Amino acid sequence: MSKEEKEPIKGKAFVLGKNIDTDQIIPAAHLVYSLDDPEERKLYGKYALSGVPIEESGLPEGGIPLTQDEETKSEFKIIVSSDNFGCGSSREHAPASLEIAGIEAIISPSYARIFYRNSVDGGFLIPFESLKDLSTEIKTGDELEIDQENHELINHTQDKTYKIKPLGSVADIVHAGGIFAYARQNGMIEKA
Amino acid sequence: MGMTLTEKILANHSGRDHVSPGESVWVDVDVLMTHDVCGPPAIGIFNKEFGENARVWDKEKLVIIPDHYIFTSDKYANRNVDVLRAFAADQDLPYFYDVGSDRYKGVCHVALPEEGFTRPGEVLFGTDSHTCTAGAFGQFATGIGNTDAAFIMGTGKLWVKVPETMRFVFEGTSMPPYLMAKDLILKIIGDIGTDGATYRAMEFAGPGIKALTMEDRMTLTNMAIEAGGKNGVVEPDEITEEYVKSRTDHPYECVYSDPDAEYFSEHFYNLEEIVPMVAKPHSPDNKATAEEVEGTPLDRAYIGSCTGGKLSDFKAAAEIIRGNELKIDTYIVPATTEIARGLETETLFGTPLIQIFKEAGCKIGNASCAACLGGPSDTFGRLQDTEVCISSTNRNYPGRMGSKQSSVYLASPYTVAASAVTGVITDPRVFIQETVI
Ligand code: SF4
Repeated sequence: MSKEEKEPIKGKAFVLGKNIDTDQIIPAAHLVYSLDDPEERKLYGKYALSGVPIEESGLPEGGIPLTQDEETKSEFKIIVSSDNFGCGSSREHAPASLEIAGIEAIISPSYARIFYRNSVDGGFLIPFESLKDLSTEIKTGDELEIDQENHELINHTQDKTYKIKPLGSVADIVHAGGIFAYARQNGMIEKA
Repeated sequence: MGMTLTEKILANHSGRDHVSPGESVWVDVDVLMTHDVCGPPAIGIFNKEFGENARVWDKEKLVIIPDHYIFTSDKYANRNVDVLRAFAADQDLPYFYDVGSDRYKGVCHVALPEEGFTRPGEVLFGTDSHTCTAGAFGQFATGIGNTDAAFIMGTGKLWVKVPETMRFVFEGTSMPPYLMAKDLILKIIGDIGTDGATYRAMEFAGPGIKALTMEDRMTLTNMAIEAGGKNGVVEPDEITEEYVKSRTDHPYECVYSDPDAEYFSEHFYNLEEIVPMVAKPHSPDNKATAEEVEGTPLDRAYIGSCTGGKLSDFKAAAEIIRGNELKIDTYIVPATTEIARGLETETLFGTPLIQIFKEAGCKIGNASCAACLGGPSDTFGRLQDTEVCISSTNRNYPGRMGSKQSSVYLASPYTVAASAVTGVITDPRVFIQETVI
């Protein structure tokens, strides 16, 4: 799915700590469901972030699961996390499960590279880099807006604005909507 | 200006004379590996993007090794192997190591070298983060996701951002008798942190590294990802070539770092100064010396995986376990079927390793990833509750080995075995001095 360059991303924040690894994003026991089958696919939304210890899920208070018991979609749209988001395995199920749960963007000071690459090449969600760790300032449930044109994150609840880094060399792939769309636009592979 | 080994391989594979860190290049892929967890979704994307009748770019270069969820009654997991089977048959793939067949191997990162797919100077991608293991053979090897794998299946190419290289130089002439490569890499990860090498290559060099066996080098490069590294790499030498030539007659070309190559940073260690290390729960960089945490009560010991389930790992464990009664449940999982056979044929003071383990009461599993990553609830050795486990695997993030309430200490097979004997974390030097000196 193509993410329009200029379109702002708006929604509620879901705040996490540092080193959120792929086993916490989607525990390995759940990797067995098919991503191609529409019904089975939804299970990834249900279990997204289910490996995060509950007291650290939805900071600062904690105790908030990303998706409620039998739901596969979350009320939250933007994850705000501390350093090294997505470390661990190469499972693309990680960004996929977050997208299925309804997450559109992540704001973190740094990412593990395979997670970052998977998010971009698969066109699942946009991993934005913040200039500093915002996970201690932003609260779960805050209304956020990402202004992609001006590289800003606006916290409407707290009435604060932060600068975020431009996407840099991956911007073309992000805006094409993933590596396949990018390669087609550039004539590397045949148009579908 | 000169290039590092990693830069040179990426230049050679992108038709360039020279590349610099930060540049994005499209490389030609020599080998693509996938397994039962990421293969099916990658195949799904391949069919969706290139069409139901599309053929893979080069069937000689695609290797499929089911290894993760093998000995389970989980219906989804078994269905995933069926997906691989159907794809391999349809595409007529020569290198599919099917479950239940004579060809079945087990853990992909150990199976790849055994089958001759890790060759100096080449580019190998795999849908598994520990694909960096293959860098031990002087090649560029890194983990990718399903979309990237599907892209390679159709085109044989992938974009890569050229990483900066961090160089870890080891002095020393031989490994002290109580030390294993696992201790070296736990020390490095503890020093630089789980994101200390993010986006970068980790090159292991110096006389201390040249003194290591191929299996030891694989343990080092295997855990480059636990420091966030893109790839881990060791320059090829006679030891590398001897191993590779014994496994394949496929041609390859060795590549070396230039003397004037530029490094992001250099880090110096000495084999003789490193002591047995442990990573405490719940992160591989939560370092301590084994001595510092000595006496920590344990419920279980686990020896297995691509990091710590190779034949030399079991030999090391057997040295300590032999003739002892174990205080805690101890699980032994050979990484591959070849290693499982090795447990029967390899002996210590005339006793096969397998017999040493059985007599001590160890539980022996089938070659596969098993509980290294938890897996379905019936997975061999999986942590189900609040167990405290010492393990020769590579990750101890919350819930990694199954239960979110469990705690995992990572250590070398020596330390795991010593701890299995006493039931508490134990510095293996207590035993090694007795047996070796
Ligand atoms: S043994 Fe563990 S780390 Fe290695 S490939 Fe299997 S699950 Fe991954």
